[in-house]
Amino acid sequence: MPAPIRLRELIRTIRTARTQAEEREMIQKECAAIRSSFREEDNTYRCRNVAKLLYMHMLGYPAHFGQLECLKLIASQKFTDKRIGYLGAMLLLDERQDVHLLMTNCIKNDLNHSTQYVQGLALCTLGCMGSSEMCRDLAGEVEKLLKTSNSYLRKKAALCAVHVIRKVPELMEMFLPATKNLLSEKNHGVLHTSVVLLTEMCERSPDMLAHFRKLVPQLVRILKNLIMSGYSPEHDVSGISDPFLQVRILRLLRILGKSDDDSSEAMNDILAQVATNTETSKNVGNAILYETVLTIMDIKSESGLRVLAINILGRFLLNNDKNIRYVALTSLLKTVQTDHNAVQRHRSTIVDCLKDLDVSIKRRAMELSFALVNGNNIRGMMKELLYFLDSCDPEFKADCASGVFLAAEKYAPSKRWHIDTIMRVLTTAGSYVRDDSVPNLIQLITNSVEMHAYTVQRLYKALLDDISQQPLVQVASWCIGEYGDLLVSGQCEEEEPIQVTEDEVLDVLEGLLVSNLSAAVTRGYSLTAIMKLSTRFSGVNRIKKVVSIYGSSIDVELQQRAVEYNALFKKYDHMRPALLERMPIMEKSASNGPTEIVQTNGETEPSVVDSKHPPPVSQPANQANDLLDLLGGNDVVPVIQTTVPTKPASAGGELLDLLGDLSLSGVPTPAPSVATSQPSFLLDGLSSQPLFNDIAAAAIPPMTAYNKNGLKIDFTFERANPNPNVAVITIHASNSTEADMTDFVFQAAVPKTFQLQLLSPSSNVVPALNQGTVTQVIRVLNPQKQQLRMRIKLTYTLKGSPVQDLAEVNNFPPQSWQ
Amino acid sequence: MMRFLLLFSRQGKLRLQKWFTPMSEREKKKIIRDMTTMVLARQPRSCNFLHWKDLKVIYKRYASLYFCLAIENQENELIALEVIHRYVELLDKYFGNVCELDIIFNFEKAYFILDEFLIGGEIQETSKQMVNRSIEASDMLQEDDISEWYEVELFG
Repeated sequence: MPAPIRLRELIRTIRTARTQAEEREMIQKECAAIRSSFREEDNTYRCRNVAKLLYMHMLGYPAHFGQLECLKLIASQKFTDKRIGYLGAMLLLDERQDVHLLMTNCIKNDLNHSTQYVQGLALCTLGCMGSSEMCRDLAGEVEKLLKTSNSYLRKKAALCAVHVIRKVPELMEMFLPATKNLLSEKNHGVLHTSVVLLTEMCERSPDMLAHFRKLVPQLVRILKNLIMSGYSPEHDVSGISDPFLQVRILRLLRILGKSDDDSSEAMNDILAQVATNTETSKNVGNAILYETVLTIMDIKSESGLRVLAINILGRFLLNNDKNIRYVALTSLLKTVQTDHNAVQRHRSTIVDCLKDLDVSIKRRAMELSFALVNGNNIRGMMKELLYFLDSCDPEFKADCASGVFLAAEKYAPSKRWHIDTIMRVLTTAGSYVRDDSVPNLIQLITNSVEMHAYTVQRLYKALLDDISQQPLVQVASWCIGEYGDLLVSGQCEEEEPIQVTEDEVLDVLEGLLVSNLSAAVTRGYSLTAIMKLSTRFSGVNRIKKVVSIYGSSIDVELQQRAVEYNALFKKYDHMRPALLERMPIMEKSASNGPTEIVQTNGETEPSVVDSKHPPPVSQPANQANDLLDLLGGNDVVPVIQTTVPTKPASAGGELLDLLGDLSLSGVPTPAPSVATSQPSFLLDGLSSQPLFNDIAAAAIPPMTAYNKNGLKIDFTFERANPNPNVAVITIHASNSTEADMTDFVFQAAVPKTFQLQLLSPSSNVVPALNQGTVTQVIRVLNPQKQQLRMRIKLTYTLKGSPVQDLAEVNNFPPQSWQ
Repeated sequence: MMRFLLLFSRQGKLRLQKWFTPMSEREKKKIIRDMTTMVLARQPRSCNFLHWKDLKVIYKRYASLYFCLAIENQENELIALEVIHRYVELLDKYFGNVCELDIIFNFEKAYFILDEFLIGGEIQETSKQMVNRSIEASDMLQEDDISEWYEVELFG
């Protein structure tokens, strides 16, 4: 039988194949030859055959029939065989394979081999892909080799130990003695792998972490030597001595210094030294600086050092290298919460990054920009962000629009500015705006009473220009339906009133009904708007005509509406004015804060819209997280600030549902009670939540939850209908001191078996001398009927000083949870 | 830790795959497909970092080969670039002005060099000279094997 062809011969041959089919044919032929060679138990060529098999495996062809051959190669005495055998094992024999464990004995023998390169092969293989069982069996051998004086083996044993610990964390203890003098090694390979091993142990066990804290001075010394020592050809990279080791040490220092004052102080100097002395002209220096910054920000460093770190990031932002800019933005996002003011200083540079060509940088810059918006810079920032919205890629527009809306809602300097900003977003990015922005915007517009005329005028003008962007069209139709009378009367204080007749308005609305560009939902909006105008305009005949035409529309939704409106004209005309009268101010729970507790820090992409809740915003701010951090969050569940679930506007939006959606409980402003009673047939099937829950569960007595320093918080109870497991608690906060308590924030947390929902407060100022109370509604779901406990956190400002307090509330009356 | 290292050509042909966590063949194939698509689609002057699932992917092109390294989220991207560069330097020293063909025809050597540089997703040796010496010594051990076998050339 002729000798099997050589590896490189095979590679050359396969590369000459011109088609996939040709290649497959060659491969199959060779595989067949290899198989028969394996069957003949040919020791001489086994190595060559397995090597060829590995090549074909890389091309994507199956190679499992070579698994056992790899084992035979490993067991061979020849180094060449072992080398290929172990390579094959690493490629073909991971722990999912049945024959994986058969390697254990070979590896064990080779770990004790007389040749260090064979031992090295075994250590490498075990350290890359040893299964848990294998690790358990061989941990003892690894531990022995960890204590050898042979640095070639010691470094490999250290990484092997890391792998063992990752696979079988319980074995960590057995490596502890061997770590004793790892750091006294001069050999950089051993040093590096030792630091990795120590890092792994500290990350996994707080006890180990405490134990290894004493190594901080030694680590600081090693780092210092690396920086101060002269040129070392063996480890030099662009003038820096062993950057890999420096970075690893910095990382270990970070872990050791976190939450520990003494360790942090011990490393202060060296961090400052690295931060100021590292050469920044090449990537490698910046890599070290980056790691240093991360360390400074994580440990308990003094403020001077922190400012130094942020300034380094600021310099990074100006670097020509995109990678550096990207890394700077990511880090700044992480620190913007804790060091807000320091990051603000670099705001203009960050905003410039919005114009960067790189997509990843733009996204980071956008997230960071939103995090930096505050009451002082809102006008300037919004200008930049709106400009960005105009010109950015579609993938950004939805998130940017949401961010703009949120920022505007929080910091708008005036109502007019707010409306103008919304208009700008709707007209430039109107089709990318999220569906639930429409009801939010409608609510906002309703509440800006003095701006109604201005708003409807602007929206009308926008419609004349462009009816393709659905959210814009929907908001505009709704407003025209609502405020059409203001539109035709020509009263507008903010700008030059336009002259428009009733017919022109109806032309536009009817145009929406017939246009191909209108979505079904939009058509619904516009039909309703036309109907509403019947009480606002003088001539109803045209409207009656339109409504009756659509009574036979193919679209079931439109048909139903038209039929009902027709009925209104015919049989219930006396009710029509009351039904279609102007909407009252709508109440809405706060939407300033993400609905999820996950601390995104802007790292993850803003998540997909949940059709029930407003989308979580990429802003890192989250009150609930503060509470978690404060309370350790072991047995308490953080408060979830959500709005009452609203159906997205696209899911039908009949008049009834629109009313239901917008009538939400919770009172942001002291507002009058919502619309008076309406005929029952229209309200059937409306949201089951009564607006003000006056079902007095009189059986549950009120209680005082907190009474300290002049602030008293009482709880009153109601039983939510229809769910008896939900307790509705209203807090009443009163202030008996002489000065008002401003910026009052009430937060609550409950044990894990409960669920909590906090609606927005009536106000955030508790007036002095008991002149008024702040109320807020808490809903607690208690399916297991456990004893109700709560931890509350109160923050407010009194006479200019911030006050913060935590308390446990345990005196809930039994009726509230039984 | 590093999770995987892939080398592939501009046409998306795989030249080396090193996995540091166990994965099924199907998963590996999918990841290779995803990586090649994502990386090859990048604009020429973009930054070298990508996000993929919960990992950071660092990629760099050297001549006709893309080096694609996936690291966990807490790792330092900038030093990962240096890791890739160090590997290229090691290959370059070994092969003398390394090019893609060297890696195609001597893929097993590329793996051996990698295994002297990284183990289990971590760096084991930070000195270029030490890695080179280990490889040379191992190669010589192979020679010793061969000296007992006159007729058979195992690797041509």
